[in-house]
Amino acid sequence: MEVCGSSNVSLREFGCEQSLLSRPDGSASFVQGDTSVLAGVYGPAEVKVSKEIYDRATLEVLIQPKVGLPSVRERSQEQCVRETCEASLLLTLHPRSSLTLVLQVLHDDGSLLSCFLNAACMALMDAGLPMSCLFCGVTCAIDADGQIITDPTAAQEKESRALMTFAIDSKECRVMMSSTKGSFSVHELQQCIAVSQKASEKIFQFYRDSVKRRYSKTL
Amino acid sequence: MKDTPLANCERDFLLKAIEEKKRLDGRQTYDYRKMKITFGTDYGCCFVELGKTRVMAQVSCELVAPKESRPNEGIMFFNIELSPMASPTFEQGRQSELSVKLNRQLERCLRNSKCIDTESLCVVSGEKVWQIRVDVHMLNHDGNLMDAASIAAITALCHFRRPDVGIQGDEVTVYSPEERDPIPLSIYHMPISVSFSFFQQGTYLLVDPCEREERVMDGLLMIAMNKHREICSIQSSGGIMLLKEQVMRCSKIASVKVSEITELISKALENDKKARKAGGRCGFAESMPQERITALKMDETPVEMTEVTDRANDIVQKAEAPSQTVPSPVVPVPGVGQVGQGLQNTWGLEEEDEEEENDNSGEDEEVKETKMEVEQHDKEGSKQEDVVEISDSEEEEVVILHPETPDKAPKHTGPSFHQKGAAASKKKQKK
Repeated sequence: MEVCGSSNVSLREFGCEQSLLSRPDGSASFVQGDTSVLAGVYGPAEVKVSKEIYDRATLEVLIQPKVGLPSVRERSQEQCVRETCEASLLLTLHPRSSLTLVLQVLHDDGSLLSCFLNAACMALMDAGLPMSCLFCGVTCAIDADGQIITDPTAAQEKESRALMTFAIDSKECRVMMSSTKGSFSVHELQQCIAVSQKASEKIFQFYRDSVKRRYSKTL
Repeated sequence: MKDTPLANCERDFLLKAIEEKKRLDGRQTYDYRKMKITFGTDYGCCFVELGKTRVMAQVSCELVAPKESRPNEGIMFFNIELSPMASPTFEQGRQSELSVKLNRQLERCLRNSKCIDTESLCVVSGEKVWQIRVDVHMLNHDGNLMDAASIAAITALCHFRRPDVGIQGDEVTVYSPEERDPIPLSIYHMPISVSFSFFQQGTYLLVDPCEREERVMDGLLMIAMNKHREICSIQSSGGIMLLKEQVMRCSKIASVKVSEITELISKALENDKKARKAGGRCGFAESMPQERITALKMDETPVEMTEVTDRANDIVQKAEAPSQTVPSPVVPVPGVGQVGQGLQNTWGLEEEDEEEENDNSGEDEEVKETKMEVEQHDKEGSKQEDVVEISDSEEEEVVILHPETPDKAPKHTGPSFHQKGAAASKKKQKK
């Protein structure tokens, strides 16, 4: 199915605030439209002997939903986020330590997994943990007409035929993680990946602007 | 994670400062920290910041069957989550003492005081009632979680709107928020808890202790009160012995504080109502402080799609064609079991004859046997070749061990172990 033109592919307005919590070593809140997520990072810290790895840090990701207890859905989202973080963090610099990343859903209005990824990256940056590259999350939805929509809202996600989330790295804009739902063709997949890569450039520029602003008063 | 122990010098410093009526952040003895209440996008979501302590409460509702002992009343369910984000000592899933204590206190404060009219939550007596669930998440622990939690919970309950329900004879219709405006809960009064911490065996008292002060305190007194000066719940923990006058004094201080806090809550609810009526966007996104250097916001940005289709086409064309299904790989020979599909062994070990999984699950064992027998003879020659090709072994002479074959009988019994394995795996395939 062909994707028509260009005009309606856009990212909702997004915002971020770093260091808003006093206890965690790094914290960030990321807002995409109405979807907002709060991330807190502790580490490197002491690790339980049962969980320690001799040559690298142990990363633990916890996702807290707004209502109820964490269930299988949160576990699978945790796995996606954890694998992306493990790929970009330099874990071997902190052997036998633990890194804990806690993500709290503040409001879910679509594109939740990509919001998790963005909040996680900003929190890890805020904590000052060494990373080999930054990463960002972009969600694409293919609606019933075959149009690609980036950063869909919850209503758009519901109407879509397929929903894909990609984690893109900052160095070469390659796909680090993908999580998809629904049916789509190979061609559509490649188009969504290309769109996500384009969108990720905007997000990385936003990261740079945030950090520049943050450290603008430090000489 | 283990808690970092408090240094003795820090403890002594804190206690000495309290003796001189000084607090770490410069507050007076009876002062609360700065409190900020904001609301989320949907009804029933409330954020409370008490100094640096941050708490979020979310109220949700669901239609369930009522309790048998009370068929006319709705159900209230409270849950305080000590998120691992709030403090490194909080662990996911484990019910710590603090978690049990906070949950119990919140339940007593809100449920036992009957501040919500549960009878109005009944839809069909004995069959369907509303269950109101309040989830309180601790986001940052800087002391006095109980007060922050109780304020967040009661404010979220006041903010919450439940779907409207219509009853016509036997039919019950639940209207969505688009069809009919949701209606608020009926709340009689707002109980709010105030915490007092005691030091030096009850000699010194502080209101709203911060995290450091909580570490060095001897005991805690929690009084839950509403603005009509009715005590809803009172709890003393830590084993300190208090005199009657002390408790009376605390309750007087509490009534002053509660009326201030109730006013703040009402103001916040009013502001939120006005903002929603005016149609503006409200929620966490809006309440993010723009002027802070640690915050940044970007407007809606379009994404350039010009090269997208070309790039995608490129990639699809250049991509390799999906691999064909693997043709009959290593020869099936009785005597060896194999796990998984019959693909080539890539371990480079001295090749042991591998038994191919029989795809035709309907086939008889007898038939299979004969088939394999035939195949073995056929492919003996080629098998030798196969084996030599696959194996990376640097042995000069490759000796393949065959199970004793020639007649049929051993085929039944000899390799029967493996046949069983094959049968079992056939069964698995059938499943």
